[in-house]
Amino acid sequence: MTTARRLLAALRTPLGVLALLACGTLLFLTLFAPAIWGERAAVTDTTQISQPPSDEHLFGTDGSGRDILLRTLAATQLSVSMALMATVAGVLSGVLVGLLPLILGGRAGRWIVAGINIGVAFPGLLLAIAFSVILGQSGTAATLAIAIAMLPNYGRLTHNLAASVWGRDYISAARVLGVPTWQIVLRHVLPNVRDPLLVNAAITAGGALVSFAGLSFLGLGIQVPQYDWGRMLNEGVSRIFVTPAAALVPGIAIILAGLTFVLLGEILGKALTPDTHRSLSSRVLRRLRAQTAENETEPAGVPAPFAEDSVLAVRNLRVCAPHGRDDVRTLVDGVSFDVARGEIVGVVGESGSGKSLTLMSMAGLLDPSLHVSADAARFDGEDLTLRAGGHPASLDHHFGKRMAMVFQDPMSSLNPALHVGSQVAEAGLLHLGMNRREAREAAIERLEAVRIPDAERRYGQYPHEYSGGMRQRAMIAAGLMGKPSLILADEPTTALDVTVQAEILTLLRRINEEDGTAIMFVSHDIAVVTSLCTRVLVMYRGRLVEDISSEDLRAGRAAHAYTRALMDTVPTMTTPRGEPMASIPDEADFSGGGDGCAAGRAAGVEVVRGDADAAMRGDAERLDGDVERTSDPLVQEEKR
Amino acid sequence: MSVTPVSPAAGGTPAAAPGRTAFRAQNPWVSYLLRRGMYFVISLFVLVTVSFLLVQLIPGDPARISAGENAPPEVIEARRIQLGLDKPVIVQYLTFWVGLFTGDMGESITSRMPVLDVILSRAPATLELALAAVAIALVLAVCLGLFFGAITRGGRRHGVEVGFTSVSAIVAVIPEFLAGVILVYLFAVNMDILPVAGRSGLESYLLPVIALALGPTASLTRIVRAETLTVLQQDYVRTARAKRMPAVRLYGKHVLPNLLTSTLTISGLLLGSMIAGTVLVENIFAWPGLGGVIVESIQNQDYPLVQGIIIFYGALVLLINLIIDIVLILLDPRTALDTS
Repeated sequence: MTTARRLLAALRTPLGVLALLACGTLLFLTLFAPAIWGERAAVTDTTQISQPPSDEHLFGTDGSGRDILLRTLAATQLSVSMALMATVAGVLSGVLVGLLPLILGGRAGRWIVAGINIGVAFPGLLLAIAFSVILGQSGTAATLAIAIAMLPNYGRLTHNLAASVWGRDYISAARVLGVPTWQIVLRHVLPNVRDPLLVNAAITAGGALVSFAGLSFLGLGIQVPQYDWGRMLNEGVSRIFVTPAAALVPGIAIILAGLTFVLLGEILGKALTPDTHRSLSSRVLRRLRAQTAENETEPAGVPAPFAEDSVLAVRNLRVCAPHGRDDVRTLVDGVSFDVARGEIVGVVGESGSGKSLTLMSMAGLLDPSLHVSADAARFDGEDLTLRAGGHPASLDHHFGKRMAMVFQDPMSSLNPALHVGSQVAEAGLLHLGMNRREAREAAIERLEAVRIPDAERRYGQYPHEYSGGMRQRAMIAAGLMGKPSLILADEPTTALDVTVQAEILTLLRRINEEDGTAIMFVSHDIAVVTSLCTRVLVMYRGRLVEDISSEDLRAGRAAHAYTRALMDTVPTMTTPRGEPMASIPDEADFSGGGDGCAAGRAAGVEVVRGDADAAMRGDAERLDGDVERTSDPLVQEEKR
Repeated sequence: MSVTPVSPAAGGTPAAAPGRTAFRAQNPWVSYLLRRGMYFVISLFVLVTVSFLLVQLIPGDPARISAGENAPPEVIEARRIQLGLDKPVIVQYLTFWVGLFTGDMGESITSRMPVLDVILSRAPATLELALAAVAIALVLAVCLGLFFGAITRGGRRHGVEVGFTSVSAIVAVIPEFLAGVILVYLFAVNMDILPVAGRSGLESYLLPVIALALGPTASLTRIVRAETLTVLQQDYVRTARAKRMPAVRLYGKHVLPNLLTSTLTISGLLLGSMIAGTVLVENIFAWPGLGGVIVESIQNQDYPLVQGIIIFYGALVLLINLIIDIVLILLDPRTALDTS
């Protein structure tokens, strides 16, 4: 969507209409209020001093018998225009100072950055008060003081934004071409940092309005006989026991005007940043839920019985994700499988094939916005309910005892703020009824078992003091605190070096052989999977296309075209060196018909085939409903 | 557990000798503290220099202001020599520094009291007000932000989210001086249950502290909620969820520590602005701190006093930033030491 269309869309929301109304009113009052009510607001009536609200004076009169409401309206012009002038001056000089380090470069640039950083440390109001010492006490002086106080903050924002753009390729290209620096800054840098600067300017204007009122309130801004809201507040507070309205009405005006600028920033932010999250509308969600509930009471067919020795089994697993406001994407579509005791089952498929989603839905760790359902599921002889949008409660007591998980990225899967040892020991405290000392001893034993050297000392270290391979082994150690009959491993070796990968695979194989622990091993690396696993599930676009033993796979007895294509991409010792590596072309389609999510289709919802991995990782932000974090300019402003 | 431990050489990186690690762990700390201390000193130097220059730039003749508008020329000259204003600027600047170190910040023009005495007698009231408000804002914001982040995670309770976002946005816009006026109206004028001004007894703290803490608490709560949502998306929270622990443990032990570092980093500016906010709040509640004095001395052009108070406020802000940075590396040595 273009900026203009996004702006229109943003203005059509209730908030947008409110913003439009508020901005229009403020603009009108700023331009015309003194002309309309100025004279009547200045009339002093000694017979009407400090009157309570009446028909004639809606909010009463002040200590000189002047109408409070009319004065407040008339004061809009001075209050708003001074704030806007301060904002324009502050923002322009801030942008200039923020861009100077790039233009000047070298030592001068660094000095300016250092100066900005010191200036930022001091709060704006303090700077404004300090500068009003030199500038004197008048409206112009206060405007200048606020503009100066705004400068470091805005300078830093500009500098940070510009510096992040500065490293981009097109800037480097322009520099190599010998374009003068100031021209690069004007033509390439400024347009790319303009949007966030605009959004912040709107919010800054609100801040300037409040600061200006503050200075006037202290008596350091507008002086009698002129008056703005701050000045009125100053006069009103001393008489608050007599005529509270004289202080409250201008006070409310300040709040409303401040809010108007915040709203403006919000709308600008929405218009200038690309579309963010849209959650599944409750209407679609209700239909999906109703459909699932129907399915549960009236199963479409009798699910195939579970094998006796299976540790984990599921029939007709489906995962759907919201897509746009009213659509649903099917990410996992009718997957059924069994994992036998002591078996290592690999799940392979390309990115987005739904292999990780399948694993996570079995573990009950899916994002709540995803919708999960299955005809039947069973773990260790116990039926599971795969609840949508949450953990399957029936699994809770297995975790840490009979089920364990290993995640893809050991760098991010351990809590950086806690000792590794205590994270390993946690399962013991939570599920195995150990006390702290027992849990600690058990954890050290498990750390030694996964070959963490000097486990006693390593127990008290933070994740960042561990290497990647050690972290993954610590994760496995945490899973081994109980006596798991199944380890769910989600690409546990993908983020690791090849040598470290081999260590982890050896460790998993050893656990499998010695303890008889079944492992469900998700990976996109078919070579790793065929060497480790006894059986392989091949997933393609959300469907299970093949369930094959490793032997058959290695012997080239795969039935499905996609599996064969996947195997062909694995280089062997006999692969000719000079030729390009085999690959599956992007446009290749092995699905051969079939359509979407049964629940979605039955609910009358348009079904779109989607990228499961994007739903799980890349677009997690979008799917997680964290609207505010990306689009709330106030928070962004504060985050600076 | 039948998996047998094997010798470390087979599986992992050999451990470094304990002594060497201890040394390495200590080294970045020392250099970080030195660098941070250096920054503090430089900022302080800039602050003092700027405050000195401020007075040099005041329009008009300080000696005349000090001696009085209608003083005869010889009195003004005598005053000029007394204040050392006849000397070159650089000498005045050095004298100013010497004075700072010996506790001589000049004397107030209007009251003839030593500036240091004025600051020392007024500062406790300002400090109490500021510290109480900062503490309350931090504690409340972390609790509320974590709570609202937790219940609105993953797009849940859309109504609560909308309510929270709009209410907090409105409250965050209310500046401390307006909050003060509204509170005075509600509790002192309307209900007459709390003292309207002055500092006497515990209940007199209530309104000024609330007025000062209200807006920053709302802003900080929004930040904490946004940070909570960010932390909840991290892989290590999924790991923690996989362990199936009670919510209290999940949020208290796994989410909160990660939240504090980012929140504190962001909130430094906000806490600094609360120091400046005391000036406004003190003027509303006739609080016997430095806020009333600085406004009065600006209007009276009592420049030695203005200079001293500005240095006091500035140093206080710098000190708060220093404390936050030190707390940050105590909370999370990794980020602070890596990025510095």
